[in-house]
Amino acid sequence: MNLDTVIFFISAIVAVFGATMMITQRNPVASVLYLIVSLVAQAVLYVQLNSVFMAAVLLIVYAGAILVLFLFVIMLLNLRGREDLTDHSRPMSRFTKYLVSTLLFIEMVFVVRSGFFADAGVTGVIATQPTDFGSVEGIATLLFTRYLYPFELTSVLIVAAIVGAVVVAKRDRGYGKPVAASKQEEPSRRQSTK
Amino acid sequence: MSEYSQYLFLVPLFPLIGFVINGLLLSRLPRWLISFVGCVSVGLSFMLSIMLFFDLKGLPPETRLITQTLFTWIPAGSLHVNIGYLLDPLSAVMILVVSGVSFLIHVYSVGYMHHDPGYGRYFAFLNLFVFAMLTLVLADNFLFMFVGWEGVGLCSYLLIGFWFEKKSASDAGKKAFIVNRIGDFGFLIGMFIVFWQVGSLDFHVVMEHASTAFVAGGALITTVCILLFVGAIGKSAQIPLYVWLPDAMEGPTPVSALIHAATMVTAGVYMIARTNFLYVMAPSALLLVAIVGAATAMYSATIGLAQNDIKRVLAYSTVSQLGYMFLACGVTAFTAGIFHLMTHAFFKALLFLGAGSVIHAMSNEQDMRKMGGLRKYLPVTYVTFIVATLAISGIPGFSGFFSKDEILWKSFSSQYGHPLLWVIGFVTAGLTAFYMFRVVYLTFHGQERMDDHVKAHLHEAPKSMTVPQVLLAALAVIGGWVGMPHVLGFTNYFENWMEPVVSHGVHTGESYALTAAGGYAGVELGLMIASVALVLAAIFLARRFYNTRPELATSLREKLSDLHRLLVNKYYVDEIYGTIVVRPVVYFSLFLWKIMDVVVIDGLINGFASAYNDFSQFLRGIQTGRVRSYATLFVIGVVVVVAYFILE
Amino acid sequence: MVPISAYLILAIVLFVIGTIGVLICRNIIVMLMSVELMLNAANLALITFSRALNIMDGHVFVFLVLTVAAAEAAVGLAIVIMIFRNRETVNIDRFNLMKW
Repeated sequence: MNLDTVIFFISAIVAVFGATMMITQRNPVASVLYLIVSLVAQAVLYVQLNSVFMAAVLLIVYAGAILVLFLFVIMLLNLRGREDLTDHSRPMSRFTKYLVSTLLFIEMVFVVRSGFFADAGVTGVIATQPTDFGSVEGIATLLFTRYLYPFELTSVLIVAAIVGAVVVAKRDRGYGKPVAASKQEEPSRRQSTK
Repeated sequence: MSEYSQYLFLVPLFPLIGFVINGLLLSRLPRWLISFVGCVSVGLSFMLSIMLFFDLKGLPPETRLITQTLFTWIPAGSLHVNIGYLLDPLSAVMILVVSGVSFLIHVYSVGYMHHDPGYGRYFAFLNLFVFAMLTLVLADNFLFMFVGWEGVGLCSYLLIGFWFEKKSASDAGKKAFIVNRIGDFGFLIGMFIVFWQVGSLDFHVVMEHASTAFVAGGALITTVCILLFVGAIGKSAQIPLYVWLPDAMEGPTPVSALIHAATMVTAGVYMIARTNFLYVMAPSALLLVAIVGAATAMYSATIGLAQNDIKRVLAYSTVSQLGYMFLACGVTAFTAGIFHLMTHAFFKALLFLGAGSVIHAMSNEQDMRKMGGLRKYLPVTYVTFIVATLAISGIPGFSGFFSKDEILWKSFSSQYGHPLLWVIGFVTAGLTAFYMFRVVYLTFHGQERMDDHVKAHLHEAPKSMTVPQVLLAALAVIGGWVGMPHVLGFTNYFENWMEPVVSHGVHTGESYALTAAGGYAGVELGLMIASVALVLAAIFLARRFYNTRPELATSLREKLSDLHRLLVNKYYVDEIYGTIVVRPVVYFSLFLWKIMDVVVIDGLINGFASAYNDFSQFLRGIQTGRVRSYATLFVIGVVVVVAYFILE
Repeated sequence: MVPISAYLILAIVLFVIGTIGVLICRNIIVMLMSVELMLNAANLALITFSRALNIMDGHVFVFLVLTVAAAEAAVGLAIVIMIFRNRETVNIDRFNLMKW
């Protein structure tokens, strides 16, 4: 039992713990926070795998931006566990869902353990450190040479997402609430804009 | 070849064009144009037939054959059927008779149908009929002839039911077609067997290979001949399929004259003459033909004695004369049969046209009991009618005498003949003369028994109707002079003309009756004189009963009232057929409809549909609209796919 | 020395937890977060393989996945906001107009 294993286990347990708590919370804000916990643990795992840059990116982008966005939206919608959101589904019972998920788990573990991937690999922070692995230069070189086109396309994707999000969430004045046919509506609105 | 051989296909084509023009444009053409198109198309066929006849005559007798093949109709493996025409002495006679008599009847129809609203339709159908009949007689193979065969059946249906608003007329049309169909079924099976054994349906090929493909006198050839004869029974109204012909008198009288006297009903006789090379190989079939012919002749003559409708008498007379023609073919006197066909066409058509003239004058009255003394109102009709009656009775000098006498002689003397057949024919000749003169005396002589307002309208027919009658009367007289017997010292041109067609294996042996009777010429003359004597006696009797002492007829009718009623009701044959044949068929088809169709088939189909419906209702439940259910199904799908890949 | 398969099994566990979250939760937002969790699990697997094979392509892939996740979260949340405006609820079972 060396340091690598210990770090791995602790991080793994924290990650799984965070994930599990996330889905069982009634309060969505708590769910977000637990997810962040899980993400931090995963970042530690990334570091253990010599992917320092990606760990940083994960924390900055994912935990720092995306989940904060989630938080904003939750706050905006004012969702403090307002409704009873426990699971009461009947047609597809909970049992079926758990069963299916367990089957999925078993299948994937089977694949992993089947020797499909030759059990290669020594990892860990204290293990052999390949030079230059996980550095910014490495990623950047690849991004700007071999994966240039996907890189450029992601910029387009991001622009599309921005535009889409803005357009979708915009509150327009024209349609939304049905317009009443009576004349009494109009003068009142005109007065309000004045 | 000869000069006009390439125009052979035009002979049936002209009336077809007439049909197309009249049929497509019938409402938009003026009457005179419809008549013109209708008559001229047949007239052109007739002229072309004459030219082809002389062409054929110009060839030496053994090679009198003109053929023309237009194109291949059915090239299906071993079955190879052409649209082809064949002109030999037999079909030359037929096209002359068909187109000539048709032309005269078309002209007559112009006057007769003048007031009818369906004028254009009438001429269109009539032209179509001529096309089909000419196709029938000119075809060079069985299948093409069958096309014409069916075509004349169709036109018969269309024309019998011409006044289809009248229920009896449309029923008669249906009856004709259905009874014909029964015969056609036999014809088809016969044709199949011929093709199966010989491998081809062309007449020439079958003729050459018949002796090798079939065993002479064997079961197969006899079956083929009997089946073909079944077709002839249907088409030419012999026992037991004659029942449609009397009902067919519902159609216009020129139609009866053309189709049911001169041409369509003779198709059966033509067919047997055409396939004589098959029949001479099957003596049993020949015997059947002769017996059926003779029996029909006598049977329908007896019915004709008691009928009161002038057209019905003529209808039964036609059935009877057709029986004579089949009798002739049955004793291998094919030439005599065709000769009688030709003369019968002349005088029977004339009889019908005369009847039409009478009906036209009598404001559509057809019952002879309401006629009488018409000879002073309808002189031309009277004279031509008398000529035709003399011809049908077999008075020497007129055409009917020569042809009927030939048949009677051959039925006695041919190797296939029998004196009993002669006796039946002899008695029937007497009956024929009797009932025909009964018609003459009841209609044209004696007391005038009609209503006064009908009498006021009595008038002779217009020229368009009388001229064809006169021409046919001339033919009824001189038409027989081409076939006068040797025994009286004349050359039988008709027999010589027809010889190349009928000479296959026709035995010129004698019947035992002939040898028993000794000499040859003496017997023939003796029989001839006997039949003439019988005919004269019958005429005298008819005159007695219906002209000089009509009360004798009434008292005889009362004394034999049961027999009379049997004859008037045509031996109740229609009623018998109705019970034995028609009712079971109707019940069977009701069963098929109510049970098989509605319950079984509809139930099956609807059952399928409702099964699908239920299944889709069930499947509908999958669309719950909930995202989570869909996601669950998603995951299940992933599990299944991954499992598949793992297990592979 | 931690073997590769350990990381992979951890990724699988996280993935399945995310799946369960998608299937179970009624709150849309928590569902979206579960989806993000699944994406993260995939990222972990990618990084693991990248380290195992000593090539940087896995990192690039993760980079792109991150980008896509961000875009998808943004648009998804925008849609949630719009739905919430109309329906006053984030209970996903209430959005069943596509029912048969």
